[in-house]
Amino acid sequence: MPSRARRRVSKKILEHELVPKHEVLSFEEAVEVLRRLGIPPNRLPAISVNDPIVQLLGAKPGDIIRIIRKSPTAGEAEYYRIVVAF
Amino acid sequence: MSEERFILSGIKFGVLPPYEISRMARVTVTRPELYESDGTPVMGGPRDPHFGAIEPGEACPVCGNRRDNCPGHFGKIDLARPVLIPYYSDHVNAVLQATCRSCSRILLPDEQVKRMLRVLRTLKARWPQLASNFIREIRKQAAQNSVCPHCGARQYRIRYIRPVVFYEERPEGEVRLTPIEIRDRLEKVRNEDAELLGLDPEASRPEWMVATVLPVPPLAVRPPITLETGLKSEDDLTHALVEIIRQNERLKHYLATSAPETMVEDSWIALQHMIAAYIDNELPNVFVLQHRGGRPLKTLAQRLKGKEGRLRGNLSGKRVNYSARTVISPDPEISINEVGVPIEIAMILTYPLRVTPENIEEARKYVLNGPYKWPGATYVIKARTRTKIDLRYHRNHKQLAESLEVGDIVERHLLDGDIVLFNRQPSLHRMSILAHRVRVMKGKTFRLNPLVCPPYNADFDGDEMNLHVPRIEEAVAEAEEILLVEKNIKTPRYGGPIIGGRQDYISGAYLMTVKTRLLTEEEVLELLSKAGYKGDLPEPAILHPKPLWTGKQIVSLFLPEDFSYEGRAKINAGPLACDNYDCFNDSYIVIRNGKLLEGVFDKNAIGAEQPNNVLHIIALEYGDAKARELLDTLYRSFIRMLEVRGLTLSLSDVDIPQRARDEIAKLTEEAKKEIAQMIKEFHEGKLEPIPGRTMEESLEIKIINRLQELFRKSQEVAVNYMDPFNDVFIMARTGARGSETNIAQMVAMLGQQVVRGKRIHRGFRKRTLAHFVENDLSPEAKGFVKGNFRYGLRPTEVFFHAAAGREGLVDTAVKTSQSGYMQRRLINALNDLVVLHDGTVRDAYGNLIQIKYGEDGVDPMKTYHGDPIDVDRLIEKYSHVR
Repeated sequence: MPSRARRRVSKKILEHELVPKHEVLSFEEAVEVLRRLGIPPNRLPAISVNDPIVQLLGAKPGDIIRIIRKSPTAGEAEYYRIVVAF
Repeated sequence: MSEERFILSGIKFGVLPPYEISRMARVTVTRPELYESDGTPVMGGPRDPHFGAIEPGEACPVCGNRRDNCPGHFGKIDLARPVLIPYYSDHVNAVLQATCRSCSRILLPDEQVKRMLRVLRTLKARWPQLASNFIREIRKQAAQNSVCPHCGARQYRIRYIRPVVFYEERPEGEVRLTPIEIRDRLEKVRNEDAELLGLDPEASRPEWMVATVLPVPPLAVRPPITLETGLKSEDDLTHALVEIIRQNERLKHYLATSAPETMVEDSWIALQHMIAAYIDNELPNVFVLQHRGGRPLKTLAQRLKGKEGRLRGNLSGKRVNYSARTVISPDPEISINEVGVPIEIAMILTYPLRVTPENIEEARKYVLNGPYKWPGATYVIKARTRTKIDLRYHRNHKQLAESLEVGDIVERHLLDGDIVLFNRQPSLHRMSILAHRVRVMKGKTFRLNPLVCPPYNADFDGDEMNLHVPRIEEAVAEAEEILLVEKNIKTPRYGGPIIGGRQDYISGAYLMTVKTRLLTEEEVLELLSKAGYKGDLPEPAILHPKPLWTGKQIVSLFLPEDFSYEGRAKINAGPLACDNYDCFNDSYIVIRNGKLLEGVFDKNAIGAEQPNNVLHIIALEYGDAKARELLDTLYRSFIRMLEVRGLTLSLSDVDIPQRARDEIAKLTEEAKKEIAQMIKEFHEGKLEPIPGRTMEESLEIKIINRLQELFRKSQEVAVNYMDPFNDVFIMARTGARGSETNIAQMVAMLGQQVVRGKRIHRGFRKRTLAHFVENDLSPEAKGFVKGNFRYGLRPTEVFFHAAAGREGLVDTAVKTSQSGYMQRRLINALNDLVVLHDGTVRDAYGNLIQIKYGEDGVDPMKTYHGDPIDVDRLIEKYSHVR
């Protein structure tokens, strides 16, 4: 399908204090994460490829992104989201 | 019973196709009249008997059944011209926008269609949510194409006016698309194209969304009611149908007689609007179907919508049996686990007692007592004959009691100790419904221990509460184990006790534990007997000339033996502040090994909703049962303490010496002088403005700040001059009721009255009241009240105070409705989220919402105000050399 014109996203958003750390998992890591959670990938929360941060990371649909957020209860909390096409 | 083929695997919704409507119709309605002149229903009219039997004794001409067994039968109206159906027309619009006006193919090239279809099908299987996003994307892309890639036809913009009108912007001008044209286009849409546009062509072909035949629901759906006068009154739906039929027949007539095109057109549009209104009578741009009196008809959508609609009013919420409602009143003498139930109610609510060899004699007693003598029974269900015997109409109770057998069920009255659910609206959190043990009492109100007011947010100014009787063993067990009051002392919202002392309990605890409290043996016995204390008296603190005990000794009798605690009391503030046990003010609580050594008990020790207070720590570390015991014993003695000592206030309690009043007057004069100076500077343009503010704003802010400072200083003066053992002051300091601000308002001044964060400025032209000159910026003219409740207010001051008071009332009214709606939305959104055993949070479909509940996997209910462990307490506990 004709992918929409890639918007140019400023790298600056990574430095914003409200943007948590995002990283794309390698295939092995992704498998490990899914096994640990015991769920198929489509049960993960989704994130759009059109999301600025996903575009910056260059992730493709099917990739899993780890997000490390600051947490008022646990200090740091890990979240995983799967990149989807829409 | 549970054969495999009867298990539902799913429900599929689709558009009811015209042939299906015709197939199920038992009548074709062509006449708008309801009854013939002789009163019989008109055949082929909306009251045709073929719609199903609804009168008692009437036999259905279709199925032959009587009223109770006749399922009701549909009819149909064959529409003279097709019409659009509101709500469907949004989808009609989507299809029209995305398909060719001449060949009805989707406006996307073939290869793309093929690829998208493949993607859509996989998406539907794995990501239903994304599939709908994808469909929206397809619709958008197709609609953008202005030339058909299949037949090359030029496309025009289609303008859709909700709910039922379409225009096409052709070169020659804007043309209205008739439902016939629309239906023609929809008919030609291919199945694959329809699928790409988000329809399921098997269940919902696009052309079915344009009605050619209208189903008429059975009479049971729109029953006529007979008034006492013998006149029949028809249901609103029937009225709406009558209008539709009349209009449809008129249109048919015009067509048959080749009436002028404009007349046909108008008549058709009228029919279209009536049918739209029949489905939803609150649509925009559609006229409203009305009763003769002008009342809008309740049509299909109105039956379903809203709070009293079918969904919210009858399906998610129902009226129930085995429930009771009455006014609540306080009874501090019953356990917090109990609820006092009026005997009249106990004789109506019943529990089905299964007769066993063990309880058969007991069951006989209830039957013998009958329905009007407590503890009795209202029904007996005989197992052998499967009959229900109403004891109200049974003559021989004695013989019935004798004939009781194992397996029978006796609907016995509510007894002491039965578990019931107790609820107060609004049910905002789970503690709004708790399980109580019944205590049958005289009187006509439910009795509630005032300690349980906080979870319900109840008071006794006329509040009513509901009571429900769980009637199966599982429900009883669940209520007892999970919902019982004592198991909900700690709230899961934040780590803290939600049940606990308020008001008098706090005053009483304070008065009991103040240093000056010395109790005679008689007083001690009185307090301890109220608490139900069974042990020995401790050694008196003072032996001579007569034995005296301290209040702290009494409290210590109830604390667990190895309990230690340190913390600040509520009164630990201002001049009474202390950081550690070296506290002359007795405001630092020290408990060592179950002995209250120092400090007073006030809101911070025994209060409700005070995390990490004495009550909370005991509930956490010694269990809910121990906390309940404390609430049922010690707290009762607090109340008794208050009753013995008395707590009251008189005018003298809110009076301060002349000296203090002079001091306040002096402060007021100073402030007024300063403000007058500011106003003068303002008029001369010399006032230093606050950055980012205009002169006027700066002046206002400065005046308000200055007046607030004045109030604060006056409050200090007032409080300093008050007798520390003044009852009003005790209540404020201990947190029982009121605050120092309230006291200052009584004895010193009300201060500046504020509406919407500003001094009061509206009223007359350029002034607030006729008592002032125009443009008067002085404090008095704009809502400053220097009077107090003790000595009274001036007329202008009363007005200003009322204005500010009114704002508060409006705020509460607005806030409750808004937060109520927000609450509803939140509940609906979070309803079925669940914490699984692996600590993850999932929704009903199994989607992962959070990897670890709350990110730390901690249950707040089991924490010290959010902290899973209290390190200081642990160190304290294990480092002490005993």
